[in-house]
Amino acid sequence: MTTSLSNVPDSSGRFGEFGRRFVPETLMHALEELTQEYEKAKQDPAFQAELDDLLKHYVGRPNPLYFAERLTEHCGGGKIYFKREDLNHTGAHKINNTMGQALLTMRMGKKRVIAETGAGQHGVASAVACARFGLECIVYMGEEDIRRQKLNVFNMKMMGAEVRGVSSGSKTLRDAVNEAMRDWMSSVETTHYIIGSVIGPHPFPMMVRDFQSVIGKEAREQCLAQTGKLPDHVIACVGGGSNSAGMFYPFIDDEGVKLTGVEAGGRGPEPGEHASTLSYGAKGVLHGSFGYVLQDDDGQTMDVHSISAGLDYPGVGPEHSYWKDSGRVNYTAITDDEALEGFQTMARLEGIIPAIESSHAIAYAVKAARQASPDETIVVCLSGRGDKDVNEVARLLGREI
Amino acid sequence: MTSSISEKFATLKSENRMAFMPFITAGDPDLATTVDVLKELARQGVDLVEVGFPYSDPIADGPVIQESYTRALNNGFHVHDLFEALKALSADESVSLPPLVGMVSYAIIFRYGADRFLQEAADAGFSGLIVPDLPGDEAQEFAEKTRTAQLDLVQLVSPLTPEDRTRRIVQAANGFIYCISVAGTTGVRDELPPELTAHLESLRSLTDLPLAVGFGISKPSHVDTLRGKADGFIIGSAIVKQFAAFSDPDKTRDEVISSIGKYAGEMAAATKG
Ligand SMILES: Cc1ncc(COP(=O)(O)O)c(C=O)c1O
Repeated sequence: MTTSLSNVPDSSGRFGEFGRRFVPETLMHALEELTQEYEKAKQDPAFQAELDDLLKHYVGRPNPLYFAERLTEHCGGGKIYFKREDLNHTGAHKINNTMGQALLTMRMGKKRVIAETGAGQHGVASAVACARFGLECIVYMGEEDIRRQKLNVFNMKMMGAEVRGVSSGSKTLRDAVNEAMRDWMSSVETTHYIIGSVIGPHPFPMMVRDFQSVIGKEAREQCLAQTGKLPDHVIACVGGGSNSAGMFYPFIDDEGVKLTGVEAGGRGPEPGEHASTLSYGAKGVLHGSFGYVLQDDDGQTMDVHSISAGLDYPGVGPEHSYWKDSGRVNYTAITDDEALEGFQTMARLEGIIPAIESSHAIAYAVKAARQASPDETIVVCLSGRGDKDVNEVARLLGREI
Repeated sequence: MTSSISEKFATLKSENRMAFMPFITAGDPDLATTVDVLKELARQGVDLVEVGFPYSDPIADGPVIQESYTRALNNGFHVHDLFEALKALSADESVSLPPLVGMVSYAIIFRYGADRFLQEAADAGFSGLIVPDLPGDEAQEFAEKTRTAQLDLVQLVSPLTPEDRTRRIVQAANGFIYCISVAGTTGVRDELPPELTAHLESLRSLTDLPLAVGFGISKPSHVDTLRGKADGFIIGSAIVKQFAAFSDPDKTRDEVISSIGKYAGEMAAATKG
């Protein structure tokens, strides 16, 4: 049965009351052009074929759906499966989106790309796509994230991208988005902004969700093939919300499948100590769209905190805001300490070093599996691998590398 | 309804003058200073004042205005306090304030509550609002409310706005049209782009509303370029950058205010040609 929940956004970019375009007039025309170009590309079999080919031969898709036997045994309940986005080229889901948007950039005849990055994964995925197609690439990254994610900064530079440090505000992802938007304001005629999550003005939330939906589509088919039924529960971490949107979207109309988004609970529920936008935020405008935002009573965006640079964001995609209000997806938070614990458990029991972002989903899956019966299957999006995080984890655990 | 903004432009037109509209950030470094700067600008004969509401995540602003917003927010700027301070200033009969136009992100308006915001803005003496992140397409409902509150909702047109969009935008606008001189963010530029003249001419053929040019303007020679083509101009960063001097230990508050006033006075004089 098809519900209207999967049939969004409308032509003005509305997911119910969420989404839309709250941007300066200077960007409006480019957004309209991008929307048209994307609609055309979507209908164009050659575009789809080229993207599929890249995903298969360059990115390494389909990646496996892996039954985590030892972790399952450890929890003593539901069966845990991982959708292995960590096995993609560059080690995270972000590349699904940058491949799609790089192809669009070329369709639009643009030669320059800008991107923002928090954990650096989207920056790396953008640098990779640009290197692959010979596009100029500039990545905005907060100074605090540059400190936390040195490895990714080095990798981006190796691939020819220019990394521009952002020293305003909290020096994290949100400031990097501001700076990229500013660049775009004065370069929009020659430059495409590859937004790294399901955020920003229409058509970005829709387009990024579509490009990331390959995760959920594959997981759905693989789960049916491997277990003979749909999963009972699907879990993914939520920063801006792209790996989770890509994971959830193909299951939205499967009413029996429970969906849980896991946000960064940081050090606790007090303002400024976490990045759990859907758990604690209010409706508002940030970075060009309307959705839940962590903000004060005057509409000023609040400072956020997370152990993971990729979840350290005070907003969230409009479609998640829509899913939250419709009750279709349940959103919850996992603290820094719980995520660190999840990271270590996964490493010890499964021999997989997960991204600290994904570790939030893992920590929640462990809790959920304990409550579940052995005939229930839980599919977790393992959004990325943790190489980029080992220095930071070692520092937090007080160990030397 | 003729607003005080329309009246001001009409008077200036009959005097064959352009309107000079300085932009200041409310609350940088504090609201008492904002009030004193406004009094000084009024004394210097500026025609309107654009009052910027500090916002944590501005995307249309360059570094000068962003830093100014940050200073104000770090000093505890609150929207309601600004409204209270301006209400008291408007009630002060010894000052004759030019029309005030608020420049405010929709993020603030929405969170504050549009009805409450408009009511308090009108009570505080604002004549109009510019909401830079609320493009025409999203503005219908809010434009309705603004009209009810008897405020002008000024619309922006960028050099990248195609003609069919421009037609729709100017139809929905009132007060004046804010013509962005360049595709980019706010900030001082040496030269105004040569295409600006043609852009203003084409806008002129589409609307009778006054055209005010903003972004990048800083000196009398820029004003000369605009004469006969625009009805007014807005100066932001060139003024706001002077606010940084309030934290300079070698300067007194009065010295900074009078140097802002001196610059404003020179630009006001430039409108007379
Ligand atoms: C590995 C990984 N997972 C998750 C995220 C969170 O982003 P999103 O919620 O958009 O998937 C990031 C962002 O950088 C990431 O690098």
